Amino acid sequence: MDRVKDLASAKAAVIFTKSSCCMCHSIKSLFYELGASPAIHELDREVSGREMEWALRGLGCNPSVPAVFIGGRFIGSAKDVISYHVDGSLKQMLIDARAIWF
Amino acid sequence: MADASPRTDISTDDTDEKNERFDRGKSTAMVAYDSSDRSKDKTDQKTLRRLAQNREAARKSRLRKKAYVQQLESSRLKLTQLEQELQRARQQGIFISSSGDQAHSAGGNGAMTFDVEYARWLEEQNRQINELRSAVTAHAGDGELRIIVDGIMAHYDEIFRLKSNAAKNDVFHLLSGMWKTPAERCFMWLGGFRPSELLKLLVNQLEPLTEQQLTGIGNLQQSSQQAEDALSQGMEALQQSLAETLCSGSLGSSGSSGNVANYMGQMAMAMGKLGTLDGFIRQADNLRQQTLQQMNRLLTTRQSARALLAIHDYFSRLRALSSLWLARPRE
Repeated sequence: MDRVKDLASAKAAVIFTKSSCCMCHSIKSLFYELGASPAIHELDREVSGREMEWALRGLGCNPSVPAVFIGGRFIGSAKDVISYHVDGSLKQMLIDARAIWF
Repeated sequence: MADASPRTDISTDDTDEKNERFDRGKSTAMVAYDSSDRSKDKTDQKTLRRLAQNREAARKSRLRKKAYVQQLESSRLKLTQLEQELQRARQQGIFISSSGDQAHSAGGNGAMTFDVEYARWLEEQNRQINELRSAVTAHAGDGELRIIVDGIMAHYDEIFRLKSNAAKNDVFHLLSGMWKTPAERCFMWLGGFRPSELLKLLVNQLEPLTEQQLTGIGNLQQSSQQAEDALSQGMEALQQSLAETLCSGSLGSSGSSGNVANYMGQMAMAMGKLGTLDGFIRQADNLRQQTLQQMNRLLTTRQSARALLAIHDYFSRLRALSSLWLARPRE
């Protein structure tokens, strides 16, 4: 959990993924499209990947990846990101966290 | 109906007999013509006619018998097919009951059940839309319109819930769009309509819009387009990944047990990837649902009413177009 927290606060936008996860690919594409440069951490390439996945599930992230953090705060998985994007709040969160400027 | 006609076999005999008689008749004609000859002619003619009619009847009888047998053969084939379908449906867990009460069967989540549920959903939507149209035409107040609009929005939530359940059981059926009409299927994206396209259709019909609304709708259009692109890219990545999994190691030498293990491993991995498909349909439907809800938030009650009517009209025209297309005269 600490590792997750540390990594999540290290950058304005952070996404935990798995290298084989294609939905993660979609969410990453969306962030790049918005001009954000999120830090990507692949759980299957992390030493403590399994503990991290367990921690993410503990936060209520289901499926565990992609897990999105903005400004150190847990935002949710793909479903939440899409919902926030549609109502305009995703962009605002990214601006507030200085991940993007407009 | 064919009858086992013994007459079918006499035609050749007839012919010989006929020839014989004809020859006799010819030689008889050489001799002096008297009354007995005349009556013999008449008999000959009657006989000839009768024989010809027999032959014709026999021929028709043979043709009818052939046609009947062909019908029997195709019925037998059809019966076998139906039996197989029934067997398959049973295996999928669909409760086949003669009372036809399939709606509440807990295990009934096969493709057929979804089609039935979807048909029912469409019927209900038609009813609600008609109610809305009457209210709008009758210049009903905002309060009344609001109630009907909320009902229609809730009904949309219902189809997304149904699709989500169906995706768990048969994602390929949803993706194939076989539950939609051909014209709708043509413009389908990830198992349903494309939200950004729908908004483009509506914008012109919703005027006048305030500045704020125009901006809001514009942003919504852009957001849905971006989300669509993101999901499409994820799908492409999935396809590519699947192709790579299925192609790897196919150039190896044949026959070793290592290759069998490889093959099974590949299949297992491919199965895992296919399992993520329903996630994409679910997020596509999520996008559709969110887009509709955001649109509803941005518009006034009256505008929402017009929007929902316009959306329904568009799709029912597409469906009507499909019917016309299917019924078109072909060479």
